[in-house]
Amino acid sequence: MTTTRDVSATTPAASAVEVRGLRTVLNGKVIFDGIDLDIARGRVTAIMGPSGTGKTTLLRHVTGQLAPDAGSVRVDGENVPTLSRAKLFALREKIGYLFQNSALLTDFTVFENVAFPLRQHLRLPEELVRTIVLTRLQAVGLRGAAHLMPAELSGGMARRVALARAIVRDPSLMIYDEPFVGLDPIALNQVLKLIRTLNDTLGITSILVAHEFAAVRRVADHVYLIAGGKVAAQGHPDELAERDSPWTRQFFGGEADGPVPFQYPARDYATDLGFPEARR
Amino acid sequence: MSLPRRPSVVAESLAQLGSAGLFLFGILAAIPRSLRHFQETVRQVWFVGAMSLVIVMTCGLFVGMVLSLQLYYTLSIFGGTAALGTVVALSLFRELGPVVTALLFAGRAGTSVTAEIGLMRATDQLSAMEMMAVDPMAYVVAPRFIAGILAMPLLVCVFNALGILGAHLVGVSWLGLDNGTFWGNMTASVDVWKDVVNGVVKSTVFGAVIALIATFQGYTTPPTSEGVAYATTRTVVSSSIVVLALDFVMTAFLM
Repeated sequence: MTTTRDVSATTPAASAVEVRGLRTVLNGKVIFDGIDLDIARGRVTAIMGPSGTGKTTLLRHVTGQLAPDAGSVRVDGENVPTLSRAKLFALREKIGYLFQNSALLTDFTVFENVAFPLRQHLRLPEELVRTIVLTRLQAVGLRGAAHLMPAELSGGMARRVALARAIVRDPSLMIYDEPFVGLDPIALNQVLKLIRTLNDTLGITSILVAHEFAAVRRVADHVYLIAGGKVAAQGHPDELAERDSPWTRQFFGGEADGPVPFQYPARDYATDLGFPEARR
Repeated sequence: MSLPRRPSVVAESLAQLGSAGLFLFGILAAIPRSLRHFQETVRQVWFVGAMSLVIVMTCGLFVGMVLSLQLYYTLSIFGGTAALGTVVALSLFRELGPVVTALLFAGRAGTSVTAEIGLMRATDQLSAMEMMAVDPMAYVVAPRFIAGILAMPLLVCVFNALGILGAHLVGVSWLGLDNGTFWGNMTASVDVWKDVVNGVVKSTVFGAVIALIATFQGYTTPPTSEGVAYATTRTVVSSSIVVLALDFVMTAFLM
């Protein structure tokens, strides 16, 4: 597998996505508290962090699905929150997005799902559409499942179909939200290869949200670890794994104790169970 | 700690009304773009129109039959059974056809549209379309709105035809009213513009209102199973109330 391994900090000019002073408050909870990020062009950048830390929310900011309370999110130099709907849709035509829950169109077959973006935006001969769709399905190992309906697929298969759909128009920016969930080791290996190959051969930029550090380590050039509304750490995955900071030690070591609380904020445990005397 | 004050029912209803108004503008703006998805509109006309035919035809037949039976009994008290065809036709064309079909349409097609769009919202299909730069208002909502407007008048015509057939079956074939009297009095009394077309105009408005309510409820539903269930119920309740209220207003203006 060919990998680009450069741990140097990226300059804004080399950034496909540039986030500055991003602040987001959802339902009274501060998700981001003025974070800065640069997603280097042509690289695979992973966003990691504890559950509920706002990784998917960050992707929603990048794709204009959610406006931030403050700060800027620039994709290819365009400030996403200020774009008109028409310009936002024009930008999204260059983005491939793999949803966390696949989000396949349930009334369409696998083939029709993958063909959907082509048919909506391009007037291609049906024979060409068929060829493109089958090559993408072949890449994710599901050419033989082209006739199946989404309800007939397993979670992992649905994710691979969604991946085929996301890459069908050769986007310049690929966003993967939890691409490894539900994949068996064979499919995981193939998806990792696919992400890397797509990135390197087509020269695209990839953003990857994942929890599986072993998988991320194999594919990512740069990792941002987000926790507590801030960038807790960043760098090359190998370097991060060896870095001795409380954040990386807890997250990559999977420890319950550390700066990231395992428990959601709650009242005292004994009091909640009705044993206040246990506290004395 | 004091709980935050919940907005009153009136405030919530007004907010919903305002949102629905903005949603309608959104649909109207999306209609030109939805013409690109003409096949989808045809599919929706089939789905909300043709698939509602069985219930509309069955109900039309029975409504006509029971109407004929009741009216024959009432008219016979005054010796006016000859007017049976006229009264049945005017009742169906002016009121019963549009209103009963609208209520059936809300129950059969409106609920399925709400549930379908609501589930698309809950399973991120609408978000996926947006991410593929496909506008759900143009691809999902507008075709269903147009389908509602096109299907309702057609369904009302079918309902009326079956209603008159049912009335004929009971009045002429069963109770022995003269066939010529039944049809002759009916055709002499029913005015195409004043009675038939007014009914079609009503049904078109009802179709638009039901389609608006159904798509709005589905599109704005919370993405949970409970949210979809409530949205589906709201579609039937709101549509029924609005149809009956609008019927009164339109009747007052069209008479």
